[in-house]
Amino acid sequence: MTPLLQVEGVTRRYGARIGCEDVGFALWPGEVMGIVGESGSGKSTLLGCLSGHLAPDAGRVLYDAGSGGGAQDVTAMPEAARRRLLRTDWAFVHQNPRDGLRMNVSAGGNVGERLMAVGARNYGAIRARAEDWLGRVEIDTARIDDRPSAFSGGMQQRLQIARNLVSGPRLVFMDEPTGGLDVSVQARLLDLLRGLVRDMGLSAVIVTHDLAVVRLLADRLMVMKGGQVVETGLTDQVLDDPQHAYSQLLVSSVLQV
Amino acid sequence: MTDDLREYNFAYLDEETKRMIRRALLKALAIPGYQVPFASREMPMPYGWGTGGVQVTAACLVPEDRLKVIDQGADDTTNAVSIRSFFARTAGVATTERAAEATLIQTRHRIPETPLREGQILVYQVPIPEPLRFLEPRETETRRMHALEDYGLMHVKLYEDIARHGAISTAYAYPVKVAGRYVMDPSPIPKFDNPKLESAAIQLFGAGREQRIYAVPPYTQVVSLDFEDHPFEASKPDHPCALCGATDSYLDEVITDDAGARMFVCSDTDYCATRQAGGAA
Repeated sequence: MTPLLQVEGVTRRYGARIGCEDVGFALWPGEVMGIVGESGSGKSTLLGCLSGHLAPDAGRVLYDAGSGGGAQDVTAMPEAARRRLLRTDWAFVHQNPRDGLRMNVSAGGNVGERLMAVGARNYGAIRARAEDWLGRVEIDTARIDDRPSAFSGGMQQRLQIARNLVSGPRLVFMDEPTGGLDVSVQARLLDLLRGLVRDMGLSAVIVTHDLAVVRLLADRLMVMKGGQVVETGLTDQVLDDPQHAYSQLLVSSVLQV
Repeated sequence: MTDDLREYNFAYLDEETKRMIRRALLKALAIPGYQVPFASREMPMPYGWGTGGVQVTAACLVPEDRLKVIDQGADDTTNAVSIRSFFARTAGVATTERAAEATLIQTRHRIPETPLREGQILVYQVPIPEPLRFLEPRETETRRMHALEDYGLMHVKLYEDIARHGAISTAYAYPVKVAGRYVMDPSPIPKFDNPKLESAAIQLFGAGREQRIYAVPPYTQVVSLDFEDHPFEASKPDHPCALCGATDSYLDEVITDDAGARMFVCSDTDYCATRQAGGAA
């Protein structure tokens, strides 16, 4: 077996400042990688570089599409190929659902957009897939023609997940998927995500500052500080026995109720 | 040379400007449906009144041309009359109201009912050339979408139509795919006219304010976008023309009093008049 995603020495600078520096890891099929760290630690920059939204200054991101062609460097791909990847094999869940949804298009249209982008031209079939996915993310299918602006924050986030997973991706990038939601909605969303990730055998890279999220979802964990990876390991190992001083601080600063 | 022509260069524009527009026209014809930027000039009329179409017409006119100008099918509306007299004065070309006799037809929002033939040029006035504009406001992004043939969004719009109205309710400016490559806005012609875009004539589109020229060469494939289970339909009001009885032409609804009485008449005045004259004879 070969890794799905092989990241080597990814560096991104903003002028003299460092966004992220010399980050490398391998993500295996079916594995969920968590990236934690404080604000400004380079988590989102790293995720942007991995998902093709930002061009890294150095390093390679190799993705194995599983088509027998071997791993390809995503950063060196032509833009047309990268876009195709982004809406078929990959998915990106934004922290703010407004960034990931078309707010003036109905829920069904939002879910169907990826299908239409890759050539689906049968209205009935697109609508049936959209209904199926709204059901899977626990949105009442009667609301298929409502716009996302009429949805609550939690529903918008679930709709965004449906819109991304409808094309059956193999790799999902999530940027703080539970940020900005209240705790009970967060719990439901996490439950849903865990079920979908396990059922579909998805690989995922999840960026978050919420340790509870990675405890539930992630197999492995990377702790970032100041643009660098300071500790990696199995999630339970890092959270229960943090080695680096910053990891210890992070784990100890979680509030216990 | 008449007195009128001594005051203006032939067809109003100077020769360097015409040269620049012709270069854009040639490029547009070479890449059907692609929007070519051009240095649109100030014209002696407001934007939205056909400044793009007038510039394209001026660049195409030769003294032997016979010009017809229509506005939503009619030869006798303000816009049509003033543009026709503008070129009669500045170019001294012959004018006509007969589509079959014209060599160059400038049109606003209609294609004549009379089938066009080889050698004719149809010039459209275009308000907004970008078919993706109302879906994606960023010009940089729409250009990239054209370059990458990334047209899924256009179908999202049609999907929304069906979801909301039960059928594709877009009735004018209906998006088409030209020669299997570029998605194009055919200017706000009714979708009834879309099948006529596959024509023997040269079709040129000029957008003055937006500074874009695009074209459909003769006999080019033009496909209206649709869904397999909701195919494109060239719809028109389900009536015969009240004046000439035509059942195959696009109709305008005319309200005749304040008690709700109305009649449907051909929007193409030349077609309607020809049929009435033929019926009387």
